[in-house]
Amino acid sequence: MTRAASDPGHRSGGGSLAGEGVDAVVRVRDVWMTFAGKSRGSDVHVLEGVHADVRAGEFVCIVGPSGCGKSTLLNIVAGFIPPTSGEVMVEGKRVNRPDARRIFVFQENGVFPWLTVTQNVGFGLQRREPAERQRIVQHYIDMVGLTGFERAFPRELSGGMRQRVEIARALASQPSIIYMDEPFGALDYLTRLKMRADLIRIWQEEKKTILFVTHDIEEAVQLADRVLVMTRRPATIKEEVRVDLPRPRDIDSPDYLRVRDRIFDAMGIDRTTGRSGDGASLDEKSVVPGL
Amino acid sequence: MSGSTRRASLRTQRRLERYALPVLVGVLFLCMWDALVRISGSDLFPKPIEVARGIGELIEKGLLHKYIVASLFRVTWGFTLAMAVGIPLGLFMGWFRWAFHALNPVIQVLRPISPIAWIPVAILWFGVSDAAPIFLIFLASVFPIAVSAAAAVANIQPVYVRAARNFELSRFDLFRRVIVPATLPQIITGLRIALGIAWLVVVAAEMIAVSSGLGFLIIDARNAGKRYDLVVAGMVMIGLIGLGLDLLVRRMERMDVVRWGYHNQ
Ligand SMILES: Nc1ncnc2c1ncn2[C@@H]1O[C@H](COP(=O)(O)OP(=O)(O)O)[C@@H](O)[C@H]1O
Ligand SMILES: [Mg+2]
Repeated sequence: MTRAASDPGHRSGGGSLAGEGVDAVVRVRDVWMTFAGKSRGSDVHVLEGVHADVRAGEFVCIVGPSGCGKSTLLNIVAGFIPPTSGEVMVEGKRVNRPDARRIFVFQENGVFPWLTVTQNVGFGLQRREPAERQRIVQHYIDMVGLTGFERAFPRELSGGMRQRVEIARALASQPSIIYMDEPFGALDYLTRLKMRADLIRIWQEEKKTILFVTHDIEEAVQLADRVLVMTRRPATIKEEVRVDLPRPRDIDSPDYLRVRDRIFDAMGIDRTTGRSGDGASLDEKSVVPGL
Repeated sequence: MSGSTRRASLRTQRRLERYALPVLVGVLFLCMWDALVRISGSDLFPKPIEVARGIGELIEKGLLHKYIVASLFRVTWGFTLAMAVGIPLGLFMGWFRWAFHALNPVIQVLRPISPIAWIPVAILWFGVSDAAPIFLIFLASVFPIAVSAAAAVANIQPVYVRAARNFELSRFDLFRRVIVPATLPQIITGLRIALGIAWLVVVAAEMIAVSSGLGFLIIDARNAGKRYDLVVAGMVMIGLIGLGLDLLVRRMERMDVVRWGYHNQ
């Protein structure tokens, strides 16, 4: 595969990135979620009337404070848990269970520790012919930059490399959509930056739809075509911010900073003190961008 | 240059610690044993050299070989039966919560009853035959195996099961490709503990219920002429074979598919 596809302008034509519309591949309609508590009255209301749409090929980030229900929402969209009410339609069908055409990349690394890199990446390809499987597996191992580690076990890899294995495993089964739940949350700062750049490169090569959850506003602005901002719990999507910035993104440019600040405002955070509107402090990582 | 020599000397030091040190302690132990027997002037309790001669005598008569085979035969059968019942039972209890709630109380009551306490029952049911010690070994090892397998399933990281569901594995594939490998490390640890218990029990059972095996050798050597050199020879063989069995299972713990479960986890 050539790297020519990494031309930052090649897929942002038209600027009609609004998710709303008939061509949305993911439609979240009035989703409510309440977890039953141990006793009456101790129920946890997590989601309240969430609406969202994701278009084919779009990179959408969902940001929100830790504990607001981002993972819950993504798990509902992926079919792991049913919503209390409302519905999720993906590619025209109502979601009620996980589907191999949409792969989830987990917050806690989901790579199987008893399999080598090759075996992990080929996990979803058991029905393919061995030769074809081998070809696909090698292709994606190369794409995520793990060439030479084919026979390594996850315990022999760094945290960033393990996330690369999981991303390759997701790509190898050639899904149309990838759901990612804070996949880089456990990595150090520099590794995170590198992973983001690589993810954008891969997304541009593969033309997948990606729905990416993070609590890190910087991360969302670096990655997304569109950022959906969630409120604190019980959460809903309060605002959507379009990120019409060319890639690769210059994180010092005034345009970048303007978009980032809009999201801070949408989340109701004072950028200088890191305090949210009602006085509670959010996760520091998403609040002190310059540090 | 000096770095590599330092590394080399570090390696020699490790090797000394690993191999030379235990040998040294072993020799020291034998010397103390020998000295203590001489000091006490006992003519019944054997010196190490007499035990070695006793082992030689048993080998010559073909008894050692025969008794070891007899004991291992019983352990193999009892332990294999315990695995065949305990592993599926444990996986079942770990996967279905209702099965755990239903069966766990019974297991927890039976488990602390010493296999020795079962000997009269075993003789009643099976007579003085191989079946009695095999039954005792089965009883002694089936519960630890089942309990560790159940715990292993309960401890599976949910993320592995979710990933498997995402790839739409069939129930059978979920079991074969995720549940089994995810639980294997802990199951093997359970097997190691259970095998140790099985070996303890076979020797005890052979002292009462049968007329062959290393346990029988010990009782027989004492009863037939106070041959304490053969008694201790039997004890030494029991220890050595127990060590061998443990090393065998430990070797399984070093397989690549299970090693993840023991370190940095
Ligand atoms: N299975 C569950 N049972 C009860 N409460 C849950 C469950 N899953 C999540 N929650 C609660 O829902 C809220 C949102 O959790 P989560 O979606 O993980 O947040 P986020 O991913 O945004 O950090 C948290 O308060 C959490 O305690
Ligand atoms: Mg989360």
